[in-house]
Amino acid sequence: MKYLDEFRDSAKARILVTEIEALVSTMDVPHDRPLHIMEVCGGHTHSIFRFGIEGMLPKQIELVHGPGCPVCVLPMGRVDDCVSIAERPEVIFATFGDAMRVPGSRKSLMQAKADGADVRMVYSPLDALAIARNNPAREVVFFGLGFETTMPSTALTILQAESEHVTNFSVFCNHITIVPTIKAILDSPDLKLDGFLGPGHVSMVIGTAPYEFIANFYRKPMVVAGFEPLDILQSIWMVLKQIKEGRADVENQYARVVPDEGNAAALHAVSRVYELREFFEWRGLGSIDHSGVKLRDEYAQFDAERKFTIPNVKIADPKSCQCGEVLKGVIKPWQCKVFGSACTPEMPLGALMVSSEGACAAYYQYGGIKQHAAAE
Amino acid sequence: MNIAPFIRSRPLGKVYVPTVTLSHGGGGKAMKDLIDDVFVEAFDNAALAPLEDQARFDLAELAAHGDRLAFTTDSFVVDPLFFPGGDIGKLAVCGTINDLAVGGAKPLYLSCAAIVEEGTTIDLLRQIAGSMARTAKDGGVEIVTGDTKVVQRGACDKLFLTTTGIGVIREGVILGAHLARPGDVVLVNGLLGDHGAAILCARGDMALETPIESDCAPLHGLIETLLAAAPGVRFLRDPTRGGVATVLNEIADASQVAIEIDEAATPIREEVKAFCEILGLDPLYLANEGKIVAIVPPEEVEAALAAMRAHPLGTSAGAIGRAHAGEAGRVTMRTVFGGRRIVDMLVGEQLPRIC
Repeated sequence: MKYLDEFRDSAKARILVTEIEALVSTMDVPHDRPLHIMEVCGGHTHSIFRFGIEGMLPKQIELVHGPGCPVCVLPMGRVDDCVSIAERPEVIFATFGDAMRVPGSRKSLMQAKADGADVRMVYSPLDALAIARNNPAREVVFFGLGFETTMPSTALTILQAESEHVTNFSVFCNHITIVPTIKAILDSPDLKLDGFLGPGHVSMVIGTAPYEFIANFYRKPMVVAGFEPLDILQSIWMVLKQIKEGRADVENQYARVVPDEGNAAALHAVSRVYELREFFEWRGLGSIDHSGVKLRDEYAQFDAERKFTIPNVKIADPKSCQCGEVLKGVIKPWQCKVFGSACTPEMPLGALMVSSEGACAAYYQYGGIKQHAAAE
Repeated sequence: MNIAPFIRSRPLGKVYVPTVTLSHGGGGKAMKDLIDDVFVEAFDNAALAPLEDQARFDLAELAAHGDRLAFTTDSFVVDPLFFPGGDIGKLAVCGTINDLAVGGAKPLYLSCAAIVEEGTTIDLLRQIAGSMARTAKDGGVEIVTGDTKVVQRGACDKLFLTTTGIGVIREGVILGAHLARPGDVVLVNGLLGDHGAAILCARGDMALETPIESDCAPLHGLIETLLAAAPGVRFLRDPTRGGVATVLNEIADASQVAIEIDEAATPIREEVKAFCEILGLDPLYLANEGKIVAIVPPEEVEAALAAMRAHPLGTSAGAIGRAHAGEAGRVTMRTVFGGRRIVDMLVGEQLPRIC
């Protein structure tokens, strides 16, 4: 496939792996303390497993699969809120497919659908708006979910609904923002990270400037990376090079898609429609200040949280879950006490087992060849 | 077929209204007319003609085909009913033919049970029945018995079909998921994932237009050719729901072998690859309706491939992987990129990722 095969070329991959090995061999990496590089974005996690990248890297490098899967970090209480909205008889609840299986304390959206709630899977918020137009007697609620990647499309849909005077459409806003979350991870006392692969799609919207603090204040290298396997290998090489040279910079490997200044039109729509929440609850990470957005007062009529009474009950993560430690790279997914036993993709207990982009589900599904090699 | 000669005592009934109503399920004349007009008219054959509650077969005639009876059933609820490359009727006939054929059986007779939602048009039923009849005729099987139920609106989605099939397995043909051994080669007869991608596109939710057609086809002819050329074939399976990945996991588990497939050797249409890229799907898990996965001993691979490629349904046949004595039950893939990954069973439905 044109423009994809070029980025999946195994001959070029071998060259890059050789370069990475050569670079690492000149660095003094302690035997019991490999370099930890976190890919922040779930899309990277997926590519890493899909193409078997972990197994190609020298043992001095360990990839830590970060919090960048919005489905995974959604707390149980918010899922309960979704279910309670979806179960209202007048509501058509429109959601991305991934969110259907996320367990709430009572049930998932998929179970709610089976029990009679009108839950529909959509691929874009505009599909949800179309459902609203076609069902004027029903209330259509779109489950707004995701980082800055999906935030603008929800914002533009709200603006579209406003200009068309659609009154039976609203958004249950669970959009979250990446920067405070990276900061929270960097502030955690048990941190073991040496560098970051930055989220490509988020950066396409916000640009690279918001990451400067990671380099300047926390002195960690950050390379904004593309999603094809060669992108990822090259970005790992760039992070290593910074570590080797004692630099901490924000670099952009994905310049073919990510402009350093971001996307002005998308940012404009975002700032017009949303404002920061004081704090937002994350599964596995707890409450993080300014890490979520809500609709501004001007768009209250499109805000499902104001249109409907929702339970808004905070549900604690199950005690046995170690999602937070996995997210921060303190332990590997398979070192969690409940991995593969009490917590499986069929019956996920923790956030990271839910979506195919979650680190635990990815390990469970695609397996870590390294993990198996280590176990043998 | 040794069936007592039957003289039709009355002409076939006819339906003169445009849509099915609950009266067509009432057991009276309206139902009789519907069955006559739609199904008997289309399926027309000697075993069906007496319209008894059962079709009757001469055992000696069945026994002439082999030494074991194969018996299978499958229900079809596909949405939409018509899709590029087929329809629910063609699918219902091919699906059951294939379930018989992958056991090494010669498919002979099918049943057809239809659950119809009130309000469905008679024309639609005639089209589907016609498609079933054509597919059965082309496949050399007869639809010899059936049942029709009408349910109220909302109790089913337009039309659900169930087909049950009987076939006979030739002496000496022994196929089983537990028979794969290290060194055996995994073959497929062509491009993977077409059916799943065609159905998802035809549903229209994705707002994607593609030329992808379902591969829906009866495979018993191809399988007969394959088994004649490579009698040592260990196992055959049609990778429908769950796709090739699921079938390979079943084989690895049942045979207690490891299987490694080579992504670069796995035949997938460019359009299907692109479709999967856009939606975040894995083509290994997409359904096929005209494909087989064959486990073949190494010494017969060449003959098996040549036989399949000479058949119209196997022109793109290829070897995609090999069983080996690694971790029992484990399926892995050598990726195009040069890495290795595990190919596990699918959990639930394959849902597109969101970012």
